[in-house]
Amino acid sequence: MSTEARKPPPQIALKIRRVLGGKAGWNGVAVQFAFAAILGWIGYEIVSNARANLENQHIAAGFGFLRNNAGFDVNQTLISYTGSDTFLRVFVVGLLNTLVVSVVGIVFATLIGFIVALCRLSPNWLLSRVGEIYVELIRNLPLLFQILFWYLAVLAALPNPRQSISLLGVAFISNRGLVIPSPVGGSGLEPFLAMLALGIVASLALRFYARRALFQEGRMIRIWPTVLGLLFGLPLATMLVSGLPFTFQLPQLKGFNFAGGSRIIPEFVALTLALSTYTAAFIAEIVRAGILSVHKGQMEAGASLGLSRGTTLRLIVVPQAMRVIVPPLTNQYLNLTKNSSLAVAIGYPDLVSVFAGTSLSQTGQAIEIIAMTMGIYLLISLLTSAVMSVYGWRVSRSLGA
Amino acid sequence: MKRVTLALTLALAAGLSAQAADAQTLKTVKDRGMLSCGVSQGLPGFSSPDDKGNWTGLDVDVCKAIAGAIFNDATKVKYVPLSAKDRFTALQSGEIDVLSRNTTWTISRDTSLGANFTGVTYYDGQGFMVKKSLKVNSALELNSASVCVQTGTTTEQNLADYFKANNMKYEVIAFGTNDETVKAYEAGRCDVFTTDQSGLYANRLKLANPNDHMVLPEIISKEPLGPMVRHGDDQWFDIVKWTLFAMVTAEELGVSSKNVDEKAKLENPELKRVLGTDGNFGEQLGLTKDWVVRIVKAVGNYGEVFDRNVGAGSPLAINRGLNNLWNKGGLQYAPPIR
Repeated sequence: MSTEARKPPPQIALKIRRVLGGKAGWNGVAVQFAFAAILGWIGYEIVSNARANLENQHIAAGFGFLRNNAGFDVNQTLISYTGSDTFLRVFVVGLLNTLVVSVVGIVFATLIGFIVALCRLSPNWLLSRVGEIYVELIRNLPLLFQILFWYLAVLAALPNPRQSISLLGVAFISNRGLVIPSPVGGSGLEPFLAMLALGIVASLALRFYARRALFQEGRMIRIWPTVLGLLFGLPLATMLVSGLPFTFQLPQLKGFNFAGGSRIIPEFVALTLALSTYTAAFIAEIVRAGILSVHKGQMEAGASLGLSRGTTLRLIVVPQAMRVIVPPLTNQYLNLTKNSSLAVAIGYPDLVSVFAGTSLSQTGQAIEIIAMTMGIYLLISLLTSAVMSVYGWRVSRSLGA
Repeated sequence: MKRVTLALTLALAAGLSAQAADAQTLKTVKDRGMLSCGVSQGLPGFSSPDDKGNWTGLDVDVCKAIAGAIFNDATKVKYVPLSAKDRFTALQSGEIDVLSRNTTWTISRDTSLGANFTGVTYYDGQGFMVKKSLKVNSALELNSASVCVQTGTTTEQNLADYFKANNMKYEVIAFGTNDETVKAYEAGRCDVFTTDQSGLYANRLKLANPNDHMVLPEIISKEPLGPMVRHGDDQWFDIVKWTLFAMVTAEELGVSSKNVDEKAKLENPELKRVLGTDGNFGEQLGLTKDWVVRIVKAVGNYGEVFDRNVGAGSPLAINRGLNNLWNKGGLQYAPPIR
């Protein structure tokens, strides 16, 4: 028979006293509650007073406008949208446009940033000078100028649609953007997708198994030929059986513009270019700082084990550097997302342009629209921070720090 | 950024002041010694600054006329350049006393913004401009075209309506300011530039080779442009409204900036009423008896203002058309001053 320790009595009340009241005890708690109540009251007064005053001035208020028809068009929509859709849909369209430019920008900025950082750290004189010039040039010029530069430079260099540059007769570049053939689903689409999914799942399972074998039993299993077979062979074989999964619809010049195919608008290209090259300059410095923060003995240890410079960096230095890199990198990701609102200068239809711009002046409901826009930017930023925190926590944990 | 600031100002003003819509605009303007007037960021003929920062244009002359009526000094105006999408917020928040910025009078703007239109200073309509090299002669040939437009305007919605009604496809590229829109059009990003027809003529002058571009004949909308004031101050509403009427009345009676002093001495009962030697209409408005004389001395009558800024005497050389007086085939009409 075992004796269990008696559970301590619940101490919720004491905890509250300690957390809220501090040294002042219950008086402190009372003061805190009074303070919160006063803040709440002030907030309530501001909102109700604003509502009353807006009503007195016959300024429309409330969120009812979201259900009204927008009546204007947008030139890049990831979901279907026409002028007779609602303002709420405009909001979603703008939000998606902001997200897509941010995500693509973040991916490219990270890639370019890492490459430039490695250039700067390279023992090769030319490479390191090129990296240095890149960083010093890009981060010292205002972003708005860079966006306008890319936009006007890209536009000026490109011909009009009738003289567009043809890439093998299937894709066309002009000052209306890049037009590429768009896939149209055929009879074999479903089996093709099913087999592709199966291939991906099987490859992941195989990788998991191989890593376990490596770490727990020290066995190296060569899996890449099997993975290639799963990812490419399987879908190809299905294609032979059940026919082509999709055919391509070729763009054709009709009247002023190309009909058919998918199009990437030049505003998107210019904005992504500007945002990713600009942010990459900062990311490069962050990465360089992170790598330099790892003691050079680590590099020497790697070399003495016979690892190449690249392998040492990849396996030893970068994982340790990540701990230093991740927090400021998060800041840069947040900056990039927020900077994407400069899109309005070149007519890219992001959230600020179509919602806080056009919708605002069509409805005149500045308070509601600006509040919604600020709220969603806050939400995006907090989510990005949260994801990066989780990543940073995993990096630290895997290093046993 | 400015938009956010304005919205916050509006939120604070609405939230903190117990009575935002005081009927005090005239007093505020007099105390300040300046009229705060919202204008465009640069639209030749309507409101644009020259290289010394002096504003000129039809909309600017409305500001000058109001300042003239109040202070007998047309220079006592502070011009606040506003983009299309900031303009209403600036008016609602009280940053400006009157918005005189080629703004189209529509029912939704008149009823949901907490502001009123005081009249029509220019009867306009939306049109299209294209490069001559496209060999397009009608807006109905614009299927699948790319169209540059300034965001936050009635233009954007008319455009959607027009292409939909005529079963045509198009791509819209919307820019924040007029200059950005024109620049993108010139850079070849779009085939068509659309705005009010007066604006097309004005912007054509900004292009490198104005003669390579043409305005298509179609007018696809009614765009009556006029000044706006805030709700809740009827006296101020009357002052701005009657300043416009005074300019039109002066033209009707043949009173101009050159002959206003002689006309004031004539023994014509109507002239005496209008020019303030008889009756006290000006005082009833909260101004002085000679308010019309002051307005005419400040900017001239409506015809002079039109000719100087957008008409025959200006580079735009737009015909009077709808903007002629009612008794000369146009729509400009003022209720009687009596």
